[in-house]
Amino acid sequence: MRLLPRELETLWTLFTAPVVWALHFLVCYLTVAIHCAKVDPGASLAAIRFMLAVATVLALATIVLSATLAWRQWGFGTQEPPHEEPTREDRRLFQGFATLLLSALSFVSVLFVALPLAAIERCAS
Amino acid sequence: MTWTISAPDETSRDRAGEEARLRAVWSNPPGWRYWTTVNNTQIGLWYCATAFAFMLFAGVLALLIRVQLATPRNDFLTAEVFNQVFTLHGTVMMFLFAVPIFEAIAIFLLPPMLGARELPFPRLSAFGFWSFLLGGVFVCGSIFFDAAPNAGWFMYPPLATDKAYSGIGADIWLLGLSFIEVASIAAAVELIVGIMKCRAPGMRINMMPLFAWYLLIVAGMILFAFPPLIAGDILFEMERMFDWPFFDAARGGDPLLWQHLFWIFGHPEVYIIFLPAIALMAMIVPTFARRPIVGYSWIVLAAVGTGFLSFGLWVHHMFTTGLPQISLAFFSAASEAVAIPTGVQIFVFIATMLAGRVLFTVPMLFGTGGLAIFIIGGLTGVMVALVPIDWQAHDTYFVVAHLHYVLIGGMLFPIVAGLYYYYPLVNARKLSDRLGKFAFWHMFVGFNVAFFPMHLSGLWGMPRRVFTYEEGTGLDVLNLTSTIGAFVFAAGVLIVVADVVRPKHRQPKEEFNPWNAGTLEWISEPEENWGVRSIPIIASRYPLWDQPELRAKINAGDFYLPDAREGYRETLVTSVLDAEPIQCLRVGGTSMLTILSAVALGGVFVATTFHWWVVAGVCGMVFIVAVWWWLWTGTGAIPEHVDKNVGLGLRLPLYVSGPASVGWWAMFITMVGDGTAFGSLIFGYFFYWTIHDDFTAGLPGPGWVWPSISLLLFLAAWVALIAARRANRAGSTGVTRLLLGLVLILDLSAAASALVGPTTTGMDRVVHVYPAIVWILLGWLVLHALVGALMIFYCAARSFRGLMNREHDGDLVNVVLYWHFLTITALTTLTVVGFFPALR
Repeated sequence: MRLLPRELETLWTLFTAPVVWALHFLVCYLTVAIHCAKVDPGASLAAIRFMLAVATVLALATIVLSATLAWRQWGFGTQEPPHEEPTREDRRLFQGFATLLLSALSFVSVLFVALPLAAIERCAS
Repeated sequence: MTWTISAPDETSRDRAGEEARLRAVWSNPPGWRYWTTVNNTQIGLWYCATAFAFMLFAGVLALLIRVQLATPRNDFLTAEVFNQVFTLHGTVMMFLFAVPIFEAIAIFLLPPMLGARELPFPRLSAFGFWSFLLGGVFVCGSIFFDAAPNAGWFMYPPLATDKAYSGIGADIWLLGLSFIEVASIAAAVELIVGIMKCRAPGMRINMMPLFAWYLLIVAGMILFAFPPLIAGDILFEMERMFDWPFFDAARGGDPLLWQHLFWIFGHPEVYIIFLPAIALMAMIVPTFARRPIVGYSWIVLAAVGTGFLSFGLWVHHMFTTGLPQISLAFFSAASEAVAIPTGVQIFVFIATMLAGRVLFTVPMLFGTGGLAIFIIGGLTGVMVALVPIDWQAHDTYFVVAHLHYVLIGGMLFPIVAGLYYYYPLVNARKLSDRLGKFAFWHMFVGFNVAFFPMHLSGLWGMPRRVFTYEEGTGLDVLNLTSTIGAFVFAAGVLIVVADVVRPKHRQPKEEFNPWNAGTLEWISEPEENWGVRSIPIIASRYPLWDQPELRAKINAGDFYLPDAREGYRETLVTSVLDAEPIQCLRVGGTSMLTILSAVALGGVFVATTFHWWVVAGVCGMVFIVAVWWWLWTGTGAIPEHVDKNVGLGLRLPLYVSGPASVGWWAMFITMVGDGTAFGSLIFGYFFYWTIHDDFTAGLPGPGWVWPSISLLLFLAAWVALIAARRANRAGSTGVTRLLLGLVLILDLSAAASALVGPTTTGMDRVVHVYPAIVWILLGWLVLHALVGALMIFYCAARSFRGLMNREHDGDLVNVVLYWHFLTITALTTLTVVGFFPALR
């Protein structure tokens, strides 16, 4: 059994990490919005915050996985950019590198979005 | 490379004959029929010119605003005219200039940049242009009849739903712009398919010009950003026209839903505007730094990253609406995060300039000047993304200053840079250096004098959108300064216009590629309409720098498709990742149908605005007939041979279906956009659920029985259609036709039974928002079922006429794809309206 899935020949892997960011963002926003509107606007967010912290860890883990796959596609960093040769190999290296960069950005952005969970305890001020 | 290349066959070459045939095939029709051309060069130029004209019109409106505000208690404009003027200024700049100008530039530039003859759907581009022109004239013209929209460019209800206040202007806004949004989505489909499938052989995704990368992302963003606005427009217009209370709080509606839908569109739109401008910079900077861009992958990171993050910012326009603070904080955090990829792009440009030897030409002046302005706007953006600062600055001139710094620095200046840079592709001549520099300094100084004081007037409490202010409030000098600056800025714009329109026939033509750029669009010859003489093989990001003799060989017809022997307009389709040739695509040529379709669809929107229902119905019928005719005569033709020798020893198929074909992709992309609009309506349903204890208000729902019956029928239709596709593939023509008939019956019965539930339980749409949102969802579903029925009818007709058979099943495969989306729509709608009220 292989630890990492086989490499995919597709453009779409580029978008994995940003899609994870988007899903995490939506989950955070929608959960809180529904909770604050439907359950009890004045209530504590403790349970929700814990749940979303778990979601954040899952999102970060998925992004790290995407980054690992990208790192492999990039040849584990043995090749330097700009990856501009007209070969399939350079195209793959470019995809790997760009995916890795996007994973890094998505990782930081997920952390950004999760920050309010650490600071805000209630729906209303 | 998996495809083989052999030397051109020199023995039988007749270059003059080849050129004559190509020229004839790609020529524009003579006389008045010139206007029926669909060639990307003409459509792109008309599109640019029209968008520019709208910009100048909106610029004049801006000057009227500034004259009115030059002195306190001024009576130059009445309050009502002022409201119309600023609303139209914002609307026109955003919808008729900022977004369309990039579709225009892309239609003009992309084919030569990608080494293609044409984009895959030239008639769709032409249709988009004519729709844009008609819709734009309709919206702009309203002000001459004192009927312009007057509730601000984002049309907030309840002000804009108040008919006594907003008159017909709001309808003109909603319907005119919905029409233009159709054109934008058409352009997005064209650009995505063009960039993914029509690149020259060898132009792998790591070699794509950055402009194409940006446009790909932007077109994808349009696909997810515009449909929520269309959904919002539908709800809004149903309220204005038929009193369905979507935004009326007294009957369970909520004005905030509009704000959500508007800004889910509106914030990504800022980046839809900004990214293509940066894309122009990514083409210009390497040319004048005389070296390849530093950090190509970083630019791709920034484009994709910004594209995604921009969808998580919309609530920062709604910080003062009383949402829970933790929700605000999520959006504040995402708004700060987007500064990262935005900054990356700016640093990439700075690094490229530092690493090269920069020539400070007019395009570079406008480019770098614009970026300097944009950075100031970006920094105030980081400020107002913080909730407490926004609470202070909201709806003041601080925000006006911020958004103009962002848009004029991040968009208008780069556009003018692009105009100066690419003008030789239009006319084989450069614009004037002297006038350009003169214009730049007027615009740069004028802009800062006009808009910098607005930061201060905003912080000192001057509200947006108010037609005057009191003396002695400390705002007099600031406003007068802004007005003076605005006129200096306008003088700069006027110089640019004068430079463009001044006669240049005495000016000698420039040599080829006058800036010595490295990218492929510079092989385009202004005198020729064929795009490229032959479709090259690309082996570099900057082929004109790195591939010697490329131009000579292209122009000698030494690459692919050097001839048009069969008299068709042809281009190559290549694979997404490695750009390996997979098809020789015949694209549509000159046609009246595009204009007819656009006029008919425009007629539907205009007639609806004035409640001329019969006219709207007739126009709708004409539109359907025109589109039918267009598809019937212009798409899916069975070629005279299975494949064709495209040159260099390569034979490619002339007909493909399914995911290999451009039509399948276009359907897929269109349906993704359509699905987003549907998702926005579903969002509306659940939005009402969240804001009420009982969102049904005790009113009866459609029940679960009829929705279940309808759902089963929809699923049966789906299965029958898939069976029809299989039967067709197996060559059983009779069975295929029978199954298509069955699909038609099942589909229409499904649509009818979807409406039985709410009809029998007497759900009254005007009483409360619950019945209204259920009716809208079911109406959306039924409309799609009817369009589906037309498609089935079309396939059946093609089959009977022998135009669709076992080997040529593209129409049917695309309809099946449509049906997958229809089935998801049916499943979601009917489960939600049928079962959710009982579950909650």
